[in-house]
Amino acid sequence: MACSSSTDLAKKLCLDESLWANSGQWIKNARQSAAKRVEDQGLPKRRDEYWNYTRPDAFLQKELDFDVVSNQSFDIFSNNLSTVINYEDGVLKEKLLPVISGCSIESLQDAAKLDDHWAGAVYGVPEAAGQDPVKRSLAALNTATASQGLLLLVSGKVKNPIKISAVSNGSIDSTIHHIVKVEAGAEVTLIETGQYGARANVVLEVEVEKNGSFHHIRVQDGQQHNSLTHIFGRLGPNSTFKSFTLSVGGTITRNECILELVGDTSSATVAGACIGDDKFHHDDTVFVTHGAPNCESRQVFKKVLRDGAVGVFQGKILVKEGAQKTDGYQISQSLLLDDNCQFLAKPELEIYADDVVCSHGSTSGAIDEEALFYLRSRGVPKTKAIDLLTLSFIAESIEEVENSELADALLRYLTAFLEVR
Amino acid sequence: MLEIKNLHVQLEEEDKKILKGVNLSLEAGKVHAIMGPNGSGKSTLSYVLSGKKGYEVTAGSAHLEGNDLLAMAPEERAAAGLFLAFQYPVEIPGVGNMTFLRSAVNSQQKLRGEPEMTAGDFLKAVRAQAKNLKIESDMLKRPVNVGFSGGEKKRNEILQMAMLQPKMCILDETDSGLDVDAMKLVSQGVNALRDGNRTFLVITHYQRLLDHIKPDIVHIMAAGKIIKSGGPELALEVEKNGYANLLEETA
Repeated sequence: MACSSSTDLAKKLCLDESLWANSGQWIKNARQSAAKRVEDQGLPKRRDEYWNYTRPDAFLQKELDFDVVSNQSFDIFSNNLSTVINYEDGVLKEKLLPVISGCSIESLQDAAKLDDHWAGAVYGVPEAAGQDPVKRSLAALNTATASQGLLLLVSGKVKNPIKISAVSNGSIDSTIHHIVKVEAGAEVTLIETGQYGARANVVLEVEVEKNGSFHHIRVQDGQQHNSLTHIFGRLGPNSTFKSFTLSVGGTITRNECILELVGDTSSATVAGACIGDDKFHHDDTVFVTHGAPNCESRQVFKKVLRDGAVGVFQGKILVKEGAQKTDGYQISQSLLLDDNCQFLAKPELEIYADDVVCSHGSTSGAIDEEALFYLRSRGVPKTKAIDLLTLSFIAESIEEVENSELADALLRYLTAFLEVR
Repeated sequence: MLEIKNLHVQLEEEDKKILKGVNLSLEAGKVHAIMGPNGSGKSTLSYVLSGKKGYEVTAGSAHLEGNDLLAMAPEERAAAGLFLAFQYPVEIPGVGNMTFLRSAVNSQQKLRGEPEMTAGDFLKAVRAQAKNLKIESDMLKRPVNVGFSGGEKKRNEILQMAMLQPKMCILDETDSGLDVDAMKLVSQGVNALRDGNRTFLVITHYQRLLDHIKPDIVHIMAAGKIIKSGGPELALEVEKNGYANLLEETA
């Protein structure tokens, strides 16, 4: 990723035969057009408005400003039945991918050898659509260069969640690109835990067809790592998309989620919670486009910050002309545990339809003294009481997770996490 | 049990004196009631005793079984045996009532250096106490006080009291927001905890609560002081004539 200028980089990408060697036509096409996007748009710069609160350098500069460590991940969902796929240092560890009912699972590297593949209609497509109106060149760069990822074609109701479990032992950069296509009426839950590398650029493209349902739960833990993730989702009629991310580790994290509701009565939820100290910098950037009538979308974000940590929220709801009866909701809240941390929020609504309900709110606050006293008056020591109130603050976002077993697992993990913090 | 001597308290943020020399001596096993007009300092007394922020003690002392209450953190006071049933119990979304009760019981035992109750024993104890207070198991699972009716919140306070087994219970206007049936239920819960050793300080505006929780001694508080103490008949007198006569008497 280290290049003196973006133009150089893009040219290098286009000329780099090694990237295209032994590749099938579909992926060659997708990568070439992505490389062209990077060349045309350039890479993000510090003065870009979209990067006002988070320095893009973290994902661009040659050297990392922290020591690369082995990041061990705690398996939160070990008690929950799931189909597990392991990644180590950004590389798929499975020789054979699981075969399950209702979903075909392939690796990008295998599929890339074929000349024709269903993924050709998805790979890089929502990402390219998501470049307008805001440039997301690092996602295009991912599309152009990723060689690792999973391709999930969901054709039925998949019973157990599919879990990607990633560990990083010290690899510097990982580029991962996953594709999920949920066919009409199909359902799947995808879990991602851990981190793919000391620095990871991850793209997840999701296409949900009519009456389909996609649930995504992600846990970002471990110690030092910088993560840039993009989710691009396209929702067909009456489909459901729900994504929840818990971040309790990492140094600089930017999670972007770009959703387009193109079918009537579709429903999207993007939620997240993070807890961090010191150099922890956590950015949620969300862009939800309502392009069809009678759809609903929710954005629910909670950030618990302490000792110099920074939280960023840039959330937008765009309601296009004709997207009547849109129900849009957005809330971003921070719990500041001391005076040294900061929360930067930029909520935006842009509405071109006249019969919609859109509400948004953003708050920053300290621990509620009344509640703290109530707990202490029952004998709960101050630190434990603060933990309980932190949990209480975050719980509202976890309620967005529909699978109650997974939600409980998240709460149990958080309780344990806060105890040892 | 509880000795309050010449307690003077003012607000931390502004120069407003609220308690102006409160003296109270509560013997073990007795039920004392404090009545008084609005703004007389009754609730402040309960907050200062339990350690709420925002109040400055400018003079006087409060001791629980000889321990200096005012020098302790709120949780230490609780572990020492003090309990305040709140007038307005606080809602804590996302924290299950059961989890909350368990942390409270465990924390107190830990602070006192006692062994923790096993999960099984705890569950048994909660279920038994909840049954007495007609608390459904659903209420135990729900987040603390969230979506509880006024009556449910107060019953939940009494449940906490029953589980924590304090030595000294302060009930701050526990009757507010209760209908007759709920008041009976709550009173029964309190009466069940009267065991000859446990001491109660019942703060109320109205005599009717004292029909259910019979006090040994009634104090009248006005303008930050106890202006009169007497037997249960004092509460009846207030109910009949209001505070005006008493205030004039002592003026």
